[in-house]
Amino acid sequence: MDNSTGLLVKRVFSSLLVLFLATLPFYMPPYTPLAVTSILMYVVLTVSWAMFCGPTRYMSLATATFFGVGMYTSAVLGERLPFPVVVLCGSLVSFLVGLLTGYICLRLRGFYFAIFTFGLNELVRNFVLWWEGRVAHTVGRWVVLVDSLTIYYYMLAIVLLTVLVTYFINRSRYGLILLSIGEAEEAAAHIGINVTRYRILFFALSCFFMGMAGAVMATKWAYIDPRIAFNPVLNFTPVLMALFGGVGKMYGPILGAGILTLASEILLSRFPYYYMLMYGILFIVIISFLPDGLVGLTRRWRKASVMS
Amino acid sequence: MGILEGEKVTKFFGGLAAVYDVDFKIKEGEIVGLIGPNGAGKTTLFNLISGSLSTTGGEIRYQGKRISNLKPHQICKLGIARTFQSVKLFGNISVSDHVFLGSICGTTSKTKTADAQAKSAILLELVGLSARKSDLAKNLPLAEQKRLEVARALATGPRVLLLDEVMAGLTATEVNSFTTLIHQIRSGGTTILLVEHVMQAIMAICDRIIVLHHGVKLAEGLPQEIAKNQKVIEVYLGTDAYAER
Repeated sequence: MDNSTGLLVKRVFSSLLVLFLATLPFYMPPYTPLAVTSILMYVVLTVSWAMFCGPTRYMSLATATFFGVGMYTSAVLGERLPFPVVVLCGSLVSFLVGLLTGYICLRLRGFYFAIFTFGLNELVRNFVLWWEGRVAHTVGRWVVLVDSLTIYYYMLAIVLLTVLVTYFINRSRYGLILLSIGEAEEAAAHIGINVTRYRILFFALSCFFMGMAGAVMATKWAYIDPRIAFNPVLNFTPVLMALFGGVGKMYGPILGAGILTLASEILLSRFPYYYMLMYGILFIVIISFLPDGLVGLTRRWRKASVMS
Repeated sequence: MGILEGEKVTKFFGGLAAVYDVDFKIKEGEIVGLIGPNGAGKTTLFNLISGSLSTTGGEIRYQGKRISNLKPHQICKLGIARTFQSVKLFGNISVSDHVFLGSICGTTSKTKTADAQAKSAILLELVGLSARKSDLAKNLPLAEQKRLEVARALATGPRVLLLDEVMAGLTATEVNSFTTLIHQIRSGGTTILLVEHVMQAIMAICDRIIVLHHGVKLAEGLPQEIAKNQKVIEVYLGTDAYAER
């Protein structure tokens, strides 16, 4: 299969998938869109994580932070503004917090960056906890309810937007620039790349989509408090999903998020007591046997078929 | 006026003076060699010029304007490019994309994709890597990796090129073809400052040589003068007293 037919197959397949997802509520039982919504949420978080962290190899452990910032924006503004505006505000606030974070941790690389971002989540969570208790005199907040079908279509639209933006970044010169930063940051700076500016900007861009997802999902959960909104587990899941799918290719994180969310839902409903145990074993197997994720697996197959 | 000048350039690491009070002047179109024993401060001086390190004292000027303490990407855009002593390529990026990146990022004005691609093709031809253009950089042998570093640096359109031990670890044949390449680059109008340990190459290509020792400028002059300079011989070979013992 040469490149152009490969591209055609991919395009046809993704259009069919989008068409299927868009029409899904018409012929599936009402709980299906509900379940798919959570898959879509993980796809957004994983793809937007991989948008910045994949090529630059900066491991951010603050996905929950920006998701939570979106949620809180939604909770605070939900009653005052129309829903689309609320969602946009959630993304913008998250983008701004992303810019600020990027600016503060400019000099941090490798492990230090990962640990800083993880600490950031704790800081933000405790700050919101303190603020809500001392200033707003509340523990959690009720969020304006939006019907589940609207949420479903919003999440689908956000998935499409995130995937398309990532696709165009990867194909443009900016994709190459981000990759060069990940490969050899010092060399990148010496060929005229303003590494700092690109790092901050694209980190904040990935936060934009995380915040957008948060703003929508808050309305599904109806009630949030800092423990829910800034749940540290959500800092790690996108990383694991992206690694499972493989960050080398665009569809890696999408596959990873899709399959793992599905797997965890099935495990949770079938084996409620052993769920975490099985999920853990699954991860160990994945990390040990699929170092490049599913993307690496397909590449191995392709090589094998070329050889034979 | 030289294209690149240093006045009392000084860099301290804690209490250690890695470069101390070094004056230099490089004229447009020259090939200048920077030599000295290990730890003499050659790479530190390169890092100061290219902006990897900030100076503790003194001033570096490019075309008469102060550039010390600018950021690496700013210095590159002004027209000073460099290679690295230990090769720093983008392992998983193709050979042609290295040069493409250099041409789209190395200038202040926005370069069109088509122009950058055309320029990349010419540069890859110059360094002899056209046949390798779709290979990933990590799959090249050392000699070709070093050529790619030169091509990537040239893609940024430099007036001054800093080469940090580009010939270290190469075979005699590879050194010879590299020497030819450096001459070609100079005839294209680029001024070259190079750190090198391969004396055969230094003597053959440099118009002038600067010798550093313990961070201080020990000597400066034509290659044949440097070869006869008593102080330089002492630094490299030890004094007679040592030799007799």
